[in-house]
Amino acid sequence: MATELKTKNQIICYHCGDICKDESIAIEEKYFCCSGCKTVYEILNQGELCIYYNFQENPGISPKNFESKRFDYLDDTLTITKLLDFSDEKISKITFFIPQMHCSSCIWLLENLFKLNPAITSSTVNFVRKELSVKYLHEKISLKEVVVLISSIGYEPQINLDTAEKKIETKSNKSLYYKVGVAGFCFGNIMMFSFPEYFSITTADSLLKSFFNYLNLILSLPVFFYSASDYFVSAYKGLRKKIINIDVPLSLGILVLFLRSVYELLILNQAGYFDSLAGLVFFLLIGKILQEKTYDAMNFERDYKAYFPLSVIIKQNEIEKSIPVANLMVGNRIIIRQNEIVPADAILMNGDGLIDYSFVSGESHPIDKVSGEMIYAGGRQKSGLIELEVIKEVSQSYLTQLWNNDTFNKKTESEFTNFSNTVSKYFTIVILIIAFVAAAFWLSVSSFTAINVFTSVLIVACPCALALSTPFTLGNTMRIFGRNKFYLKNASVVEMMAKINSIVFDKTGTITESGKSDIIYTGRILNTTELKCIKSLVRSSTHPLSKKIFDSIDGSDFFPVTKFNEPIGKGIEGVVYGNIIKIGSSDFVNLKIIETEVDVIRTRVYVSINSEVVGNFTISNSYRMGIDKVVKNLSSEYQLSLLSGDNNGEKDNLLKIFKSESQLHFKQSPEDKLNFIKQLQSDKSKVLMVGDGLNDAGALSQSDVGISVTDDVSNFTPACDAIIDSGQLKNISTFLKFSKTSLKIIHLNFLISFFYNLVGLSFAINGMLSPLIAALLMPVSSISVVLVATLATNFFAKKRGLLSL
Amino acid sequence: MSVIVVLIGFSLFVAVGFLIAFLWSVKSGQYSDTYTPSVRVLFEDEKSKKEKEIVKETKIKEENKLDN
Repeated sequence: MATELKTKNQIICYHCGDICKDESIAIEEKYFCCSGCKTVYEILNQGELCIYYNFQENPGISPKNFESKRFDYLDDTLTITKLLDFSDEKISKITFFIPQMHCSSCIWLLENLFKLNPAITSSTVNFVRKELSVKYLHEKISLKEVVVLISSIGYEPQINLDTAEKKIETKSNKSLYYKVGVAGFCFGNIMMFSFPEYFSITTADSLLKSFFNYLNLILSLPVFFYSASDYFVSAYKGLRKKIINIDVPLSLGILVLFLRSVYELLILNQAGYFDSLAGLVFFLLIGKILQEKTYDAMNFERDYKAYFPLSVIIKQNEIEKSIPVANLMVGNRIIIRQNEIVPADAILMNGDGLIDYSFVSGESHPIDKVSGEMIYAGGRQKSGLIELEVIKEVSQSYLTQLWNNDTFNKKTESEFTNFSNTVSKYFTIVILIIAFVAAAFWLSVSSFTAINVFTSVLIVACPCALALSTPFTLGNTMRIFGRNKFYLKNASVVEMMAKINSIVFDKTGTITESGKSDIIYTGRILNTTELKCIKSLVRSSTHPLSKKIFDSIDGSDFFPVTKFNEPIGKGIEGVVYGNIIKIGSSDFVNLKIIETEVDVIRTRVYVSINSEVVGNFTISNSYRMGIDKVVKNLSSEYQLSLLSGDNNGEKDNLLKIFKSESQLHFKQSPEDKLNFIKQLQSDKSKVLMVGDGLNDAGALSQSDVGISVTDDVSNFTPACDAIIDSGQLKNISTFLKFSKTSLKIIHLNFLISFFYNLVGLSFAINGMLSPLIAALLMPVSSISVVLVATLATNFFAKKRGLLSL
Repeated sequence: MSVIVVLIGFSLFVAVGFLIAFLWSVKSGQYSDTYTPSVRVLFEDEKSKKEKEIVKETKIKEENKLDN
């Protein structure tokens, strides 16, 4: 019944595609869900930009109610210079990060800003990185006006300390491409000039032959000195720390290959192994590119500063001005508006404080504060404007202390002893032993052959398969995960995932979801007056459901309510604007239906106006759909626990999901969460933590793999190892299984390369390694390893349903 | 056969040209965003639309003149 009503009466917002509550907001035949969307439409209509709606149905983004006052700090010259990329007498250039862009309409609109304001000379979108670079004439339009304009059409840029302090650098990535270009160019040409060698063409013209060989030498110089330089640097760094990482045997192989080739050419006038050298470096770099392919739109490197406002308004001698947060001094009077974060510990001076500490402590209920009370940094003001006096500088606040905990100095990949590094250590030692033994054996024949054999062993036993199988397998795995909206920070996370044996869930934002989306009205379309009546009535009640209904209805003025009555467990009733309104259970509004299913997940609240039942609000019990199945799937293989900053009010509901009470831990502060993870790890557990990254950032960092759940993948990326779209949380056990499969594929590849090395070494030990055999063996082994890695991962991904066939 | 040296020199010269072109294309950011241009190319330029209309009108006028 309800679904029928839904489909009949749903009006879709012309701008953003959300469901409209009623027909009240409309222009001609176009309906809008809120006045914000309507405003955007009007702006676009004036600017003759309505083509925007031609590319895609309902492409818009509903603008959040923003006050232009919020951007006052952009009038501060210091802040402006921090943010700008470039500025001269006339033109300024700035790059914004706009996570909301999602389709071709967005691109079109953002690139046509000049039609809305001619002072903007050009605006260019980089969709992959969700960036917009704007050039504007700063004499005619201020930065603040630019930001307000972009925000007014629904694309509010994300501006924070983070963006001001460090522009994301892509130089390192580019240099890798240069290196591949150079290596590929040299590799191709060296192969061509080696043709006479391959076909063992005996030309009488020895000049020509040596000409080719010297060309090869010249071409291999940039490969050796430029393209391969990263490997030498990394190996040197590793050895200085007394670690044998994968780059040590690689550099050793490359070095010996080059030196022996130069020696053979200059002293013996033979061809050498230049082709193998260039080919090896080329393949290695391709593997490296795959491994470094991170998601541009994800910027994982964020610290606490990303949450803090850029600037704050201070009051000096009754004059308000905005200054950068960094310049905040003890004793300053600051003004905090509704929904702004308090940047430093301060004492409340004026106004009603209603502070939401969910960000710091995980407690989701705001706390009342009166004048003279202390408010900690990181609290969010929920009711109107307050005035505070700063008592600690920004960097010494409680929040920063928590975030500056050692765990945030996150383990880097180099210190992480992954499988290939472990193997390469033994590999290097074994190869060196074989080389020395073989050389010692040949010494009795001739010292020349001994050196020959020694170098041949080092050349042919190149760990290319070692070096290639890992990046190709893990890189492909990351790509497959990425398609399923599960984004990893780097490849080593896959290896860690395979070792996990304990999983910790955070409650708020992970198991539960919050926000407007979990309340749906079904039934007769209500007009504004009726909505206002309902909002006025629920305002008088403190029941959580009333609060949710209150939040879901727009509007800020109310009718007086008379004859208010709240029979416990049934509902609320009252007379508003001359209408008798009842809100509550089906019995309460005298509706004759039998609730067929007692649903944990959903609650229905019926509304009757003047004893006519007009419809109901369906309120999801904010647990994520399918979370119980996820937990059930995981419980057989992993040790599960749940952490929550709230009190144990939800315990009964949680017990329907989790098996035993011992798995549930309530009233956990961020530090408690961190220590809980530490305690698990001291019991030799490898811990995977799933959280929202807000008040469990420390725990996420401490865990071996920290996954942050988000509804908008591009919107929020705290310190974690991976980001997962909330809709994909149900697949987490599949992801974990697949990470194990990936490791198995790597092991298989090691076997294959072991076989190649066996063949190669048998040639080398017998002193029979010719440049031709080396040139054949090395690329063939590399290519077959790459093929096995990519094909096998794709095959298993299809089998597991992670890739469409 | 020594002419081959000249030919190879020439072929290398061409190949280096391609290498430089590749390096330049990376440097100028042609690989930094591979998606947006593919969308951008589909946007109708309104100027050209208006121009087309003007061209059409003038054609019609000319035809009318000829008819008269």
